[in-house]
Amino acid sequence: MKLRTSHYLIFAFLAAFTYFYSKDGLVATSVLYTAIQFALPLALAAMVGVMCERTGVVNIGIEGTMLISAFTAFFAGAILKNTVQGMLVGVFTGAMMGLLLALMAVNWKMDQIIAGVILNILAAGITSFYYRQNYSIPSTLDPIDLPVVGAWPILGPVLSFHGPITYFGIFFILALWFALYKTSWGLRSRAVGEHPSSADTAGVSVIRLRYLNVTAAGAVGGLAGAYLALEAVGIFERGFTAGKGFTALAIMIFGRWNPLGALAAALFFGLTQAVTNQLMIDEVVEIPPQFINMLPYILTIVVLAISAGKVRPPAAEGIPYEKEKS
Amino acid sequence: MDAKQGKKLDFSPILVPLLSILVALAFGGILIFIQGIDPLLAYRVLFTTAFGSFDGIAITLAKATPLILSGLAVAICLRAGLFNIGAQGQLISGALASAWAGYTFVGLPALVHIPLALIFGAFFGALVALVAAVLKAYRGVHEVITTIMLNSIVIALSDYLTSNPFKEPDQPLTRTPKIQDSAQMPDLLGLPLGFFLAIGLSITLWWIMRNTTTGFSIETIGRNKNAGWYAGISVKKTIMLSMLIGGAVAGVAGAVETLSIIGRFEPAFNAGLGFDGITVALLGRANPLGVIPAAILIGGMRASGSTVQFEAGVAPELVDLLLAMILFFVTAPLLARFFKNRKENVAMTSGWSN
Repeated sequence: MKLRTSHYLIFAFLAAFTYFYSKDGLVATSVLYTAIQFALPLALAAMVGVMCERTGVVNIGIEGTMLISAFTAFFAGAILKNTVQGMLVGVFTGAMMGLLLALMAVNWKMDQIIAGVILNILAAGITSFYYRQNYSIPSTLDPIDLPVVGAWPILGPVLSFHGPITYFGIFFILALWFALYKTSWGLRSRAVGEHPSSADTAGVSVIRLRYLNVTAAGAVGGLAGAYLALEAVGIFERGFTAGKGFTALAIMIFGRWNPLGALAAALFFGLTQAVTNQLMIDEVVEIPPQFINMLPYILTIVVLAISAGKVRPPAAEGIPYEKEKS
Repeated sequence: MDAKQGKKLDFSPILVPLLSILVALAFGGILIFIQGIDPLLAYRVLFTTAFGSFDGIAITLAKATPLILSGLAVAICLRAGLFNIGAQGQLISGALASAWAGYTFVGLPALVHIPLALIFGAFFGALVALVAAVLKAYRGVHEVITTIMLNSIVIALSDYLTSNPFKEPDQPLTRTPKIQDSAQMPDLLGLPLGFFLAIGLSITLWWIMRNTTTGFSIETIGRNKNAGWYAGISVKKTIMLSMLIGGAVAGVAGAVETLSIIGRFEPAFNAGLGFDGITVALLGRANPLGVIPAAILIGGMRASGSTVQFEAGVAPELVDLLLAMILFFVTAPLLARFFKNRKENVAMTSGWSN
């Protein structure tokens, strides 16, 4: 059997885990727990990319979608004094950003990369203009103590006690995988992303499906933003998403536009970051904090350099669809 | 491609940006009004501060200088069909390198020291762009992601360097020592020397794009890679070249800002200049001469942001919001049409892996 990148990753993971577990079991489980926390927003954001690109729309505005959704989620939560309502506002905001992208990319047939960059710049402009200090949400979303799983040895403390968006997110990713490969919606979406004119001939409305998927993807991006503001840290700052939306694109490519692949890639990113953090706390290695901050960005570039050319994106990606005139 | 397509003069290159600025200002006015502030007052303060007096204009042009250059850095790459979002990182790299050259070399005459520091800036700006260029040309990695990642890497790296090896000794602040007097760029006719340098570079690049085979290669690749390849143009070489020119120009932007305004490198002191370059380039329709008025407008808005806060009570981030809306309105109807004219395939930038 030929060794693939994923096999090396599993080996690396097992080696790292064994190392930590031999030193301190509690630390090992807490590293894995943190890895899931780092990975979740990246995985969800990567789903935005998967949903859009599988129907042939490049979405480089994930970063802006997350940023503005985190913003509205946080301030709605703070003003309404209700974190759950804040989350819903964040999801709605994300959907609106998706709709805006669909309008620019599908309707106006704009260059999709530029359309995405506009989303990012709009989000940065709006969030920095309306940002106010001295607001706080009543509490972050409460973590859930899983009933049976929580009692498992080793895995229990890793999998249990995450917030509701984390569990929903993982469920969503599995559901998206199922929907994409096992339902007619998935088949149609993929057909539209690969060969829109054939899909059109077969009676699929290319424009409508692209609108639907890009808007729904925006809502997922909104959820990822809400996760950052309401579940992970409970604050909002300017430029709060720190490039996660772009890292997510690399994760999507690394995961070959497959929800499960992207989830695995996101866990790899999260694990790398969690392990590095732990190594720094333990003072095993002395790394300046700036280099720790650089890690996900360097990893993104390395991953892209390795996987680009080997993986094939959806064929119709980035090309606006125009019905042939007869 | 200018002036060849129609029989009558086409005013849309000027009218569309102007119109989109007006629409953006109108929307911004509504937002200011909602905040309970008179938008006319805010705009009057904004524009009289920026363009109402000789001093104001001098400050505006000083602010516009790095924007012209960072706009050029984005525009040249756009011409080649590349979207260089990394002007920010290239600019910071150039700023830090020129600051280092500015304080390290002692005893040079200004005529040697200033060009040397500028070359350092250009070189290190291009070095950052090189990473993205190689990955794009030889591995097919999309430049938008790599340049954004490089921005973050350069910011972290420059922060590390200024707080450790390049740090000003015996100072609590994270910054490099001040540059030598011989590296300080002087003013000319009450305007910063860098402004003339920026104008000169714009004209040079405009000329290169119009009249040389290099410019022709870049334009051709930007319109249709396959046609360029078929015509015998090396696509890889042209991608590398245009990215490196962009990186070098962005590096010079950082260097000029360091050598004439800031006088040293301090992290976050030139934040946003590279990102404004994107707006400048798109507002100037990716034309090396078009970026000049675009940069002056945006420079003026940046220059008077704090005065607007002081006199009209609007947060200076208003400028960010206005710029975002200008960008939205200038690209939405315009680019679609602009790039549709250029070739059948509307997509200007390319997918992830080609």
